[in-house]
Amino acid sequence: MTANGWIQIALYCVIVTALVKPLGGYMHRVFSGERTFLSPILAPVEHGLYALAGVDRKAEQHWVTYAVAMLFFSVAGFVSLYALQRFQNVLPFNPEGLDAVTPDLAFNTSVSFISNTNWQSYVPESTMSYLVQMLGLTVHNFVSAATGIGLALALIRGFARRSARTVGNFWVDMTRAVLYVLLPISIVVGLFFVWQGTPQNLDAYVQATTLEGARQTIAQGPVASQEVIKMLGTNGGGFFNANSAHPYENPNALTNLVQMVLIFALGAGLTNVFGRMVGDQRQGWAIFAAMGILFVAGVAVLYWAEAAGNPAFAALGLDPANMEGKEVRFGIANSALFAAITTAASCGAVIAMHDALTPLGGLIPLVNMMLGEIIVGGVGAGLYGMLIMAVIAVFIAGLMVGRTPEYLGKKIEAKEVKMAMLAILILPLSILGLTAVAVVVAPGLAGLANAGPHGFSEALYAYTSATANNGSAFAGLGANSPFYNTTLGVAMLVGRFLMIVPMLAIAGSLAAKKLAAPSAGTLPTHGGLFVGLLVGVILIVGGLTYFPALSLGPIVEHFAMLAGNLY
Amino acid sequence: MFAQIRPALVMIIGLSLITGLAYPLGMTGLAQLVFPEQAGGSLVVRNGQVIGSALIGQNFTAERYFHGRPSATTAADPADATKSVAAPYNAANSSGANAGPTSKALIERMTADVDALKAGNPAAPVPIDLVTTSASGLDPDITPAAALFQVPRVAKARGLAPEQVAALVTEHTQGRLLGLIGEPRVNVLGLNLALDAIGAK
Repeated sequence: MTANGWIQIALYCVIVTALVKPLGGYMHRVFSGERTFLSPILAPVEHGLYALAGVDRKAEQHWVTYAVAMLFFSVAGFVSLYALQRFQNVLPFNPEGLDAVTPDLAFNTSVSFISNTNWQSYVPESTMSYLVQMLGLTVHNFVSAATGIGLALALIRGFARRSARTVGNFWVDMTRAVLYVLLPISIVVGLFFVWQGTPQNLDAYVQATTLEGARQTIAQGPVASQEVIKMLGTNGGGFFNANSAHPYENPNALTNLVQMVLIFALGAGLTNVFGRMVGDQRQGWAIFAAMGILFVAGVAVLYWAEAAGNPAFAALGLDPANMEGKEVRFGIANSALFAAITTAASCGAVIAMHDALTPLGGLIPLVNMMLGEIIVGGVGAGLYGMLIMAVIAVFIAGLMVGRTPEYLGKKIEAKEVKMAMLAILILPLSILGLTAVAVVVAPGLAGLANAGPHGFSEALYAYTSATANNGSAFAGLGANSPFYNTTLGVAMLVGRFLMIVPMLAIAGSLAAKKLAAPSAGTLPTHGGLFVGLLVGVILIVGGLTYFPALSLGPIVEHFAMLAGNLY
Repeated sequence: MFAQIRPALVMIIGLSLITGLAYPLGMTGLAQLVFPEQAGGSLVVRNGQVIGSALIGQNFTAERYFHGRPSATTAADPADATKSVAAPYNAANSSGANAGPTSKALIERMTADVDALKAGNPAAPVPIDLVTTSASGLDPDITPAAALFQVPRVAKARGLAPEQVAALVTEHTQGRLLGLIGEPRVNVLGLNLALDAIGAK
């Protein structure tokens, strides 16, 4: 670990924190339906879409209608993305003449992108045409992120309203998120990426003759336009197989810093939107503080583990710092920071191969995802995950003092707690259940690339990443097989939609409640006590559930590495 | 409930046209206009021939060139397309090695690489980045230490003074941005082009 490394990490945290309020203020205006400086250009487009769709932007929806709208939209997205992949060989913008995508892979990829996971079982540069990358994958990078934002808004309205029947209008929330938030930032920052070296063309792959006279085929494409929304929307699906480690996707340390900021920007800003909508910005900062504590703790462990490195390297007379699977321009500190960010949020982009992280270095991304990606989290998804945890936290606090729990003046009763527990229990069921299957059946074992405990970690990481809708991987896993494509596809669906429905039910139930006046027995939810309680509940719920599985993978591998065992 | 079908269809089509065609194609046009070099992949042309991209590493094995990091990229086996064979710096199939820290194959490969490098320069410690694979398999850079480590070999192969080659390395070393962000690095292709330019004088 170096002082410079810590300074770079601190600089990042300062930038993100500084963005919370301005971004929160802007998004609050957008989602309150107010005019913004972009309205003169975008309002006609927006209203045109509503007119064609037959949407009344003033009419709000009951939570069930909101959920149905979201589900229909996701189904329509699934069908169009599946069809694009299956027919890419006869469609335009395919200069490399790539063949149609196989059915199981097209299923997996479609689920992956509609659920904001962006798990990639394929090598993009040899599988996906430019048309699929643009009209398929880029579109879902926008709309799946916008869907997440809409869902978070619905839950926030549940807290903010009293005796209300509705939680907002899905079509309006989603459309405004795309047009006013995601698209303008993507255009500006996308051009910045091109300036820094990210390609943006529709050319055939370049045939170069290297200095030594060898032939090198260099993949091209409309990279920058997809790169920026991949980060901003916490999608994480690379234009190239190596994702943000690829020098075209992420050419230098400055683009890397911008990419890291993009991952957290909207998720962090949404905590402020939450504070503004419930009428007390301190409530938002309390949530942000809980996220910050968990994040910094994770980064510290990850950076320490990677810098301390591998004793087997030291035995060869080398610097033990773990440079395996990392890029020189990013080094140890940035690679560790990025790995923590990308799994704290539901991004899943990588600048270092997570499969090559040290055991404890790989443990942190796993834990970040297992906790439900609530540390800033996916745009929208992180906030609603965190608010569900907050409901559990006030419930436990209420049990301890024997009072009916309240959060933001809303009584938390049996229905909310049941729904919150349902949402929370979905994750371990899918992660642990499917991992257990994969490590005993032959097609599951066939995909493992590493032997010993690291092989188990590969399977555990895959189902964790898929269920948590992250999309990063211990990428040695040979996941492009019917077994993994299907089971991981199911995990992504379960992790996204079986969590959303109970969450929306909580939103609807809260919106209908009256506001209870605070009394002497009310736990204030904007202070240090609540932040500490929330962090504790998150770690206990997560820790108790996953500790046995983590012991079998990264923890036992750590001791094996220290003992010099190789597999 | 079925009232939501029409908006679902209209929105997926409308937003697809906006974010999936207008946006990326508009960005392509704009990028080609404002930053044509970078938008085209930062290609390096010498004597009218594309020799690579300034951002993408390429495979160097000759004594007279600086070498990049080990690359784990592969290509389809020409004899059997279902299998893959090692193809370092394959820029049409970026990938890392994905070997875990307790992988026997990893440590064995590194041991062999360390021995080979020590044979070329027994005096200096072997830099870690010269024996570890990069994440992309296309890392264009090495650390300044890794470049200086190779100076004796390159100078000997070219019949140049080691001081002259070392000075060239220093000249091609990029520091941290603002002295703060990122890591110091040397672009291997840029350095080797500069070496060839000396030879051509």
